[in-house]
Amino acid sequence: MTEIERFALDYLPVIIFLGFALALSCLFIIGSFLLAPSNPDPEKNSAYECGFNAFDDARMKFDVRFYLVAILFIIFDLEVAFLFPWAVTLGTIGVFGFWSMVVFLGVLTVGFIYEWRSGALEWE
Amino acid sequence: MSAFIQEHGILFGTLTVVIQIALFMVVLLIALAFILLLDRKVWAAVMMRKGPNVVGPFGLMQSFADFGKFLLKEIVIPAGANKTVFLLAPILTTTLAFVAWAVVPVAPGWVVADINVGVLYLFAVSSLGVYGIIMGGWASNSKYPFLGSLRSAAQMVSYEVSIGFVIVTVILLVGSMNLTEIVNAQGGGIWTWHAFALDHFPLILVMFPMFVIFFVSALAETNRPPFDLPEAESELVAGYQVEYSSTPYLLFMLGEYLNIVLMCALMTTLFLGGWHGPVPLPELAENMPVLVNNLAALAWFAAKMLFCFFLFAIVKAMVPRYRYDQLMRLGWKIFLPTSLAAVLIVSGYVVYTGVQS
Repeated sequence: MTEIERFALDYLPVIIFLGFALALSCLFIIGSFLLAPSNPDPEKNSAYECGFNAFDDARMKFDVRFYLVAILFIIFDLEVAFLFPWAVTLGTIGVFGFWSMVVFLGVLTVGFIYEWRSGALEWE
Repeated sequence: MSAFIQEHGILFGTLTVVIQIALFMVVLLIALAFILLLDRKVWAAVMMRKGPNVVGPFGLMQSFADFGKFLLKEIVIPAGANKTVFLLAPILTTTLAFVAWAVVPVAPGWVVADINVGVLYLFAVSSLGVYGIIMGGWASNSKYPFLGSLRSAAQMVSYEVSIGFVIVTVILLVGSMNLTEIVNAQGGGIWTWHAFALDHFPLILVMFPMFVIFFVSALAETNRPPFDLPEAESELVAGYQVEYSSTPYLLFMLGEYLNIVLMCALMTTLFLGGWHGPVPLPELAENMPVLVNNLAALAWFAAKMLFCFFLFAIVKAMVPRYRYDQLMRLGWKIFLPTSLAAVLIVSGYVVYTGVQS
């Protein structure tokens, strides 16, 4: 058995699990479609707005801060993903590895302080 | 598990794995039914109500009755909705919530996929969970779900970052991303559990706050009260779930509770010693049959997980809801810098005391 086959075999249970989970959730929905009654009417199928008729498209403009949060998330999540392998090998790469990561985190922290000072994290 | 397949050949091995996975999912679902009931019972007890008590003795069958009712209700799809995405969203949520369980070890050797990057896998799968909510909110084409899904997504990604940093501190102490190895690193008794880390003495001052941050972030990550802003009834009716009915709603609910219990399992695995008891096993107990040992381990795991879930339930009953700006402030301005500093402190400790080597 080659290395790549052994690697793939490690993930075989995950794939089977994925298949089972997918099948189960689809089964729930199909079961309800088969068992439950279905008599739609225009009122029932209109969007819920506390009894009022919808007066505007629902996919409206929204606050730019949500974008900002998403962008900040990408930066910090990449940072975390970068930290994972570093954390595992820290015993091997030792003091040099530690201080180079401190420099990297320092640069990111400067960016973070800038965001904070420019008010990107304020929600009034 | 892969070693098992190698030993017994692809066909027989895979068949056994399939049976094991089916068993695992059935046990998980039944356990979930009772955990849901526990949640409602605790909530009721805090409010001095009785909670569900009609179906079966003490209302024990309540969740199963609910399931039957969900199954028999009409699926209402709003006229303006994108039907495919609308139905895909709950399927995605539940599937991802299930799949994350594949790497959680519940007893020595009892894990579906013992992969060496288990933590990274969990991190990736739980990040994908946001898609289910965004898709559900957007596809409904209705205002409350749209706003609810935006809030929910922003909240989940905010706390995901601090959860990531907290997990890194644990990985630093263990030097492995395999969950089984993380659990085994805490096998020396309650003082070696990462929540206390008394074997690395001064680190309790860092690791215990990290445990608390993980707990609070897990509350926010799973949209549990006091951070249930996406479904704040008084503002958004039920957030991204407003237009859902019948089994699609059930699937969202199932996914949410699977994620909550997964977070409890993670707290147990990463911080509370997993399946290990509070004192190391004496020689006598270690010579017991494997099955007895594993069942005892499973009991410890379940007990700790239930304790964590009890905390979740109590918090839901007792703590008033946060305001959205306070929520974001807590996530970005308090938890993020604190956990980042903790990563530096722990890594400095690891490097200069040689814990990993």
